[in-house]
Amino acid sequence: MAIDKYMRERFFPHIWCPGCGHGTILNNMLRAVDELQLNQNEMVMVSGIGCSSRISGYVDFHSLHTLHGRALAFATGIKMSQPNLSVICPMGDGDALAIGGNHFIHACRRNMDITAIVMNNRIYGMTGGQYSPLSGSGITATTAPQKTIDREFDITSLSLASGATFVARTTAYHYREITKYIKEALQHPGFSVVEILSQCPTHFGRRNKLGDAPEMLKLYKQNTTRIGSEAKQNNPELIERGIFRQEIAPEYCAEYAELINRVQQG
Amino acid sequence: MAKPKVQGHQIKRSWCKGCGICVAFCPKEVLELDQEQKATPERASQCVGCRTCERMCPDLAIAIELEQDDDATN
Amino acid sequence: MTQRTEFIQGNEVCVNAALYAGLDFFAGYPITPSSEIAETMAKQLPRIGGKFLQMEDEISSICSIIGASLTGHKVMTATSGPGFSLMQETLGFAVMAEIPCVIVDVQRGGPSTGLPTHGSQGDVYQARWGTHGDHAIIALTASNHQDLFSMTVEAFNMAETYRTPVILLMDEITGHTREPVNLPEQGEIPIIGRLRTSVPEGVDYHPYLPREDGRLPMSDFGGKHRYNVTGLYHDMWGFPTTDPNVIHGLIHHLMDKIENHAHEITRYREYYLDDAHTVLISYGCSARTALHVVNSRRRRGEKLGLLELQSLWPFPAELVRAKCAHAHYILVVEMNMGQVVHEVKKAVHEPERVYLANRVDGEFITPTDVRGIMRLIHGRGV
Repeated sequence: MAIDKYMRERFFPHIWCPGCGHGTILNNMLRAVDELQLNQNEMVMVSGIGCSSRISGYVDFHSLHTLHGRALAFATGIKMSQPNLSVICPMGDGDALAIGGNHFIHACRRNMDITAIVMNNRIYGMTGGQYSPLSGSGITATTAPQKTIDREFDITSLSLASGATFVARTTAYHYREITKYIKEALQHPGFSVVEILSQCPTHFGRRNKLGDAPEMLKLYKQNTTRIGSEAKQNNPELIERGIFRQEIAPEYCAEYAELINRVQQG
Repeated sequence: MAKPKVQGHQIKRSWCKGCGICVAFCPKEVLELDQEQKATPERASQCVGCRTCERMCPDLAIAIELEQDDDATN
Repeated sequence: MTQRTEFIQGNEVCVNAALYAGLDFFAGYPITPSSEIAETMAKQLPRIGGKFLQMEDEISSICSIIGASLTGHKVMTATSGPGFSLMQETLGFAVMAEIPCVIVDVQRGGPSTGLPTHGSQGDVYQARWGTHGDHAIIALTASNHQDLFSMTVEAFNMAETYRTPVILLMDEITGHTREPVNLPEQGEIPIIGRLRTSVPEGVDYHPYLPREDGRLPMSDFGGKHRYNVTGLYHDMWGFPTTDPNVIHGLIHHLMDKIENHAHEITRYREYYLDDAHTVLISYGCSARTALHVVNSRRRRGEKLGLLELQSLWPFPAELVRAKCAHAHYILVVEMNMGQVVHEVKKAVHEPERVYLANRVDGEFITPTDVRGIMRLIHGRGV
């Protein structure tokens, strides 16, 4: 495969459960990197803690496996200190939006050229299936044996409100879109958020009687639609996929370089 | 565009965890899980080289080899 | 010597010294009484092409400096007690992943919000044991601006030498006091730079394999060697492992690289210890008071001496034991409920001769406070 060279093959088979969507995300993210012919020595992958975070160990980039929720904070230091590097932050939903929520919104606001990928499986998988801020209400989890009463975040709305300049969403079923949106995000000169709905058959699917991995993927096909589609107008419950925002705004590192210029000339 | 000639399915058996995604989504029903729950191209001749299995495989265990393969599909 | 003398705050001295040591990346979050460090960095760093980041909290501040250290920069953050508490998890990451960085804690009264604008030395044990799990740590301190300059530079040097986070324990009093300081010329104080690997591209590089001298050459993120950095127990390439032999080796390495070099790390000043019957032990702002007491009593012919500690962790137990060997009694002067005093008791042969002179009401400990305790020890009442 063309993506072999980006993988640390000695660590495969990977740690993820059978049918975990995270593997499909890794698969198609590497295709985006390959299509852009990015230089591995200039790629940094920064992850937090959880199932999602193990992705950084499998890619042959500079890889930093940090603390729960803190991936973007570490990434900010890397990018700010060495703006020529391409920085990708894959995160889980609890990682990015519960413990890491504050870093997430501030990274969106700052608009530093970092690509955040939220692998949203609506559950804490690594710790055994506790509900997350993305689970939403009516979900069975190990910490919600009588079903959740919590409302969920909408990651794309949150990202848009916080000022991210590229925001997209797709699912592990729509693999072509994974590659396409990550490719767009990597090329976008600003903070990018790509939310990818990712199935967790082990903890989310099993407890909520959604079937096995193929069944869960079929639900992504049924329950989602392109942004602004007719289907959405007929059925507001459908989750929209696509690019929600793609606009150019002052990028933080470029602005700081300007500031240095100003100070040194002034 | 002419149908690409498929040379074969390269399946890393030790990576495959038998989730069945490739089996479920192959449009030509090429793949099956064998007795060891590993993906196998049971009806390889029906393969049209769409690479759905390769791209959806969460174990990164499948590669489709096409003739004059330049891997330039998206 | 063409030294430049300035009349500035301790917090500004810290910035000057950090820049002298080669710092070019700082991230922080506003907190009293350390904010002047961030403010001065924000002003100074762009002038030299360095980077200043105001982050969303202290957690992200320490995370981002670790990221910048990995790309090859000399980095620092500065905070006070509450922010230092928030940093503890990431401090442990820097210990585990062996990332050089300097963390300044300008101590204020605690616990909790405590006394934001008043001095304290209550974070000595937090510096040692604030992060979870077994680990070794280096913590330096200083009582006056000239020493603060040196100790700040030393903090950067030790961070690079031992590939570890170094804590600089300042306090509100040192941070906000203005006094003259001689700013040394470049070259006067040796600077230790990043030790980078000479392993060429394409050849297996081991980021976590110590050389014979114990040092671990680094490779910048963005450079020719792609490796992994994690807070998990890891092998010599930086990849997670649960191999008992590797785990055993790593925790011992992390402890030994500091504890076995305690004699190289130890920094102190001594005053009149040769014939002292009474040995005062102090550090940071309290050492100013202790020195005043010793000087004034010496003028009256009393045999008092002072051991001023400038490195608190690893605790210089051997030094303390040796310097106190002939003391009739030992008085630890510090602004907390007793922290270093416990270490001194553990270090000396006769712990029952160790006393504490402290003050914890937010006011700077005075010579009168110390003399009062001495009168009590001598059974003369207050």
